[in-house]
Order: sequence, then C-alpha cells, then structure tokens
Amino acid sequence: MLAENAINNAPDNLFLYGATHREVPLNLREKLAFTEERLIDFYRKTRGHPHLGELLLLNTCNRMEIYGVAPQSALFSKEILRGSLSAILSLPRETLDQCLQFSMGKPVVEHLFNVASGIDSLVVGEAEILGQVKAAYATARTEDTIGPLLNRTFQKSFQAAKWVRTHTDIGKGQVSVGSVAVELAGHVFGDLADCRILIIGAGEIAERTLTSLQGRGVTNVTIANRTYSKACEAARIFHGRATPLEDIETAVREADIIIGSTAAPEPILTAPKLKSLLAKRPLQPLFLIDLSVPRNFDQNCENLSNVYLYNIDDLGTLARDNLKARHKEIEACRKSLELRATHLWERLGSQIKSSKF
Amino acid sequence: MLGFFFEDRTLMALGALLYGIAFFFVLLFVRRDRSHPPSITYGIVVLGWLLQTAGMYLRGLEVGGCPLGNAFEILQFVVWSLVLLYLVVGSSFRVSLLGFFCSGLAALLGLFSLIPAFDQTRREWMEGVSVWIELHAALALFSYGVFAILALVSAMFLLRDYSLKKKTFHGVFHFLPSIKQLEEIKYRLLVTGLLILSVSLLLGGVNWSQGEGTLYTNKFISTLALWLCYLILMFLRWRQTLQPASQAWAYIGLFLIALITLGPVNASRGAFAPVPDDSDTSSLNETTPSQSGPISPELRTSH
Repeated sequence: MLAENAINNAPDNLFLYGATHREVPLNLREKLAFTEERLIDFYRKTRGHPHLGELLLLNTCNRMEIYGVAPQSALFSKEILRGSLSAILSLPRETLDQCLQFSMGKPVVEHLFNVASGIDSLVVGEAEILGQVKAAYATARTEDTIGPLLNRTFQKSFQAAKWVRTHTDIGKGQVSVGSVAVELAGHVFGDLADCRILIIGAGEIAERTLTSLQGRGVTNVTIANRTYSKACEAARIFHGRATPLEDIETAVREADIIIGSTAAPEPILTAPKLKSLLAKRPLQPLFLIDLSVPRNFDQNCENLSNVYLYNIDDLGTLARDNLKARHKEIEACRKSLELRATHLWERLGSQIKSSKF
Repeated sequence: MLGFFFEDRTLMALGALLYGIAFFFVLLFVRRDRSHPPSITYGIVVLGWLLQTAGMYLRGLEVGGCPLGNAFEILQFVVWSLVLLYLVVGSSFRVSLLGFFCSGLAALLGLFSLIPAFDQTRREWMEGVSVWIELHAALALFSYGVFAILALVSAMFLLRDYSLKKKTFHGVFHFLPSIKQLEEIKYRLLVTGLLILSVSLLLGGVNWSQGEGTLYTNKFISTLALWLCYLILMFLRWRQTLQPASQAWAYIGLFLIALITLGPVNASRGAFAPVPDDSDTSSLNETTPSQSGPISPELRTSH
C-alpha cells in the first residue's frame, strides 16, 4: 500500500517539516525532542494514514525533522502532521508554527545531503550525524514507513556523505578538547594501546578525555586523587588502578600521558621535580595534558627534552583552528553536494515518468 | 639521437629527475594540508630507481664490476642504496613522508653527482680486482645509504619535535609520524648501518691482511673514525645518556661528515686503477695518492 502510494507520487511531493539549531533555540528544541516511546507513538499514529505517504523522523540534539512523500498534496500532509505532533508533544499548534519550517521538492534533497554530510551540524563536519541519520532510516524501515522515494534519497545521502568525508577536509582535525588531546597523543606515541595514563584529580573534561583515549585502545590507567575513595570509584568506572595523591611519584615515572585536573592552587609538578623523576627514562616521551585552572603543571616543564605540555588554552586554540579550517571547506562541499542532489533529482523525475508509462 | 637516452649518465639523470618530480608532487599536497596518493609517489620513485639501476648496470658493464670508480659513481651508488632501502624497508616501516624526504635527498644528491668534473675519470675494466674488495666497497657505500635514511628520519624527528613543542600542525607537520615511531626507526637504522659498515671494514681488513689490495691511510682513518663515531652513538643510545633530539642532530651531522669522507674514499679508488676516458681528460686522470700514501701489507708486516 505504502510503496504503491509513493511510486505514484512525483518527487515534487517530497517534503520536509522540522526545526534545526539554526532557527530554533535550545529551550524550544527541548520541547520538540522525541523520546523512543514518542517516536514509536508517532509512527503508529501516522502509519497507514490515507493522506500521509512515506515518512521518516530524524531526531537529534540539534534537529527534529520529518521527511515525507505526500500521496496527494504536501500541504495537506503537513496539516495532518501538525495535528499529530501537537498531540504527541503536547504542544499548541501555534508553538509548532513558530518553530517548524516546511519545504518541498529539490531543496529537501539538498538539505538532507548537507545534514548527512555534517555541513549543517552545530559542530561542522562532525561524523556522528551520519550514524544518527542511518539509525533514523533503520527505525523508519522497521516501522515500514519508508517507500522507494525516501529509500533512494536516503541511500544517496549516505553515499554523498561518504564522498564528502573522503574527498574534502570537512572532517579533518579534531574540534573538541578531548579529541584534540587524543590526536596529539597520537603525534607523540602513534599507537596508543600500550600507553600508560595517569590522571591526577577528576573532572568532566578529564573523564571525557580519558574516554576518548580508551576509545583509541588505552587500557593501562592509573587515577590519583586527594580523596582516595574518589580515586577508587573513578578507577572502578574506568577499569584502572587508584593511587593516593601523595604517592604519585612512581606513577609519574612510569606514565606516558599525564592528565592534570585538580583544583590545587599551586602546580603539582614543577620542572625540576619532573626532570629528576624522568632522569631514568630520558628516551621515553611524556605527554602532559593540563586541564586545570590554575595550572597543575609548571609551564617550564615544556622546556624539558622529550616532554610535551599542553594546557587547556592550547587545546582550545587547536580545536578552534580545526573548526575554522572546516568552515573554509563548507562552500566547496555545498557545491559538490548540490550537484549530486541535482543529479539525483533528475533521476528521480525520469524514474517516476517511466514508471507511469 | 635515440641512443642518447640509453646512455648510462642519461638514465641516471632521468632517475634523479623522477626523484625530484616525486618530491615536488608530494610537496604540492602537503603545502595544502592534503594527504598525497602514496601509490603514485611510490610508482614515480620506483620508475626513477629502475632507470637509475639501468644506468648503473650499463656503467657496470663498461667497467666490468660495481661502478664505484669516481665521485659521480660513488654518489650515484649512495643514492641508489638510499632509494632501494626506502623501497624495500621504508614501506614496512609505514612511515608517512619518508618517501617525500627520501626522494628529495635522492634528487639533490643525484643531480649534484651530475657535475661533469665528477665523472671525468673512469676505470674502463676491472679485471683482476678481488671480488671481496668490490664487496667491501659496495657494502661500505650501502651503509652510507642506510646512514642517509637515518639522517632523514632524524630530520623528521626534529621536525615532529619542533611541531609538538611549538604547537603547530599545518603543512608537512600534519603528516609526520609520531615521535616514538621515529625514535624506534632511528635505532633500527643505526644498528643496521653500523652492522653493514662493520662487515665492510672486516672484509677490507681481512683482504688487506692477506696481502691483497692496498690500504690508504686517509681513507682508512676517515672510515674508521666514522665507524667509531656511530659506535659511540649506539653506545650512548644503549646507555640512554644522550637525549633523542641530540642524537638526531648527531646522526645528521655524521652523515654530512660521511659525505665529506667520500672525498678520501674516491681519491684512493681513483689511484687504485684509473684509466683515462679519452686523451682530452688524461691530465685529470692522474690522481695523486694521498700524502700519507698507500700502505702495502708487506710494509705493514716489515714493521
């Protein structure tokens, strides 16, 4: 029934109804967010509706978008969706009108290609969005709300996203402090699997950095904290070892990467102290990541041979530089994606014409 | 006209030109922070090496042995060894940009060797020369190739160290391998080069002690000093008493010295059996043995 409806519709009936971070502030986007239950509820309420054809709902932190193919009038489909959303999200229709944008035809394809490629993301070039689009596509397939037109369009968007990531620099360089730290660790050690990490203190950024490092294969983790019980708790979560802050000298001697994240008013590691601790391992590089303000590691440590010190400002600067470089790539990506979208649009048109005869 | 392209010097010059093309090809990419297609770079270097090998083969046929008779041939042999090592060993190291640096140095040395004065004396036929002596010479120069790569890897190490210290990662800095990887490769190359040079010296020593060949004091002292310097560096590396950056500078410096020692090596080989290429260059062929002169085994035993 769904496939039959869809194939009889021209691609002009392709529509998009939704809100993104570009137009809608966070406080309103929160109200539009779909939980898993709401999502299933949405598909159940809309599936098989005579005035709604193919449907796919993409819900992320930065967007809530419904891609669809109207069996008859796209505007009529929009009105039905408006009512469904109002009921599911418990929002007045006027609020939805303030937030949600509606578009039809080729711009929808172009927009989807931009979204899947990360061009339209808050953090330009981020790769997670492609996974989110794929997950939304999989859910819609499971709910049987996808027909040939959306199927083809989304498959092509995945290909376009892959092409953009491979052939442009849109995803080059890391743009978060944690990821930048991991990338730098790669410049020092190459393979991180054998690296020994020492975390001094605790903190959200430190934990995120450690999670990123573990994502690159790091397993040898030691956590030092002034409160030993906190170190033990963190060690349990990150499958590491705990050590009291007073006994960190041995851990420093053995560490390849040290992350400082304490609230200590004075540096924990000074250059002379570090020099004496590293005397027995002059050939082994040491990467210091200082995420604290005030700083945990004396700035003079960076003058020691084979020691590489990066503080929170250094990491932030690198992240911003990478983001700027990504922004420079946007225009080139957009042009390529526009060409691909045009090509697909023409193919979809000819496909529909040939299927009518 | 076509015969010109099949002359040994032309082929070797084309080889050097291709190394230069490979270098600039990669440079175009890294300057724009883009990764280069490694297969194309590798292909250009392979083609250059094949042309150089063909040129050296023709020269080898002409002299009846390994072409190591003058500065041109010696430099070409060092370049040939350097590129061979990159092609065989470099790919297993998986070091990005090693080909870039390698082709740059190969082009530089290869083109430098083409200075006409370097190739004005030629040995025409090497009949009667001990195979072991030739192997000794070839191994010694091959070790120079290893030390050339060691110097390149050291330069890469210093650039990576600079980029990490100065917190800059654009252009060539973006693609450099990690500090740890470069340090490990440095050590492996040092051991390999030292081993090959040791075998070469051993072969030369055994040969000389058996009464074959002639020992030239300048060549002997310079080569032995070089060997000793590398040995000391290996000892310091083993004792962990020299910082990695200082080591890298030492390897680069020593390779430059090694290039200078090619002078005494060439002088000794020129005196070994020079045969004038033609009558016009005969005056240039009269290479004078070093002031200290050759030491025959008989002379040594009489002491």
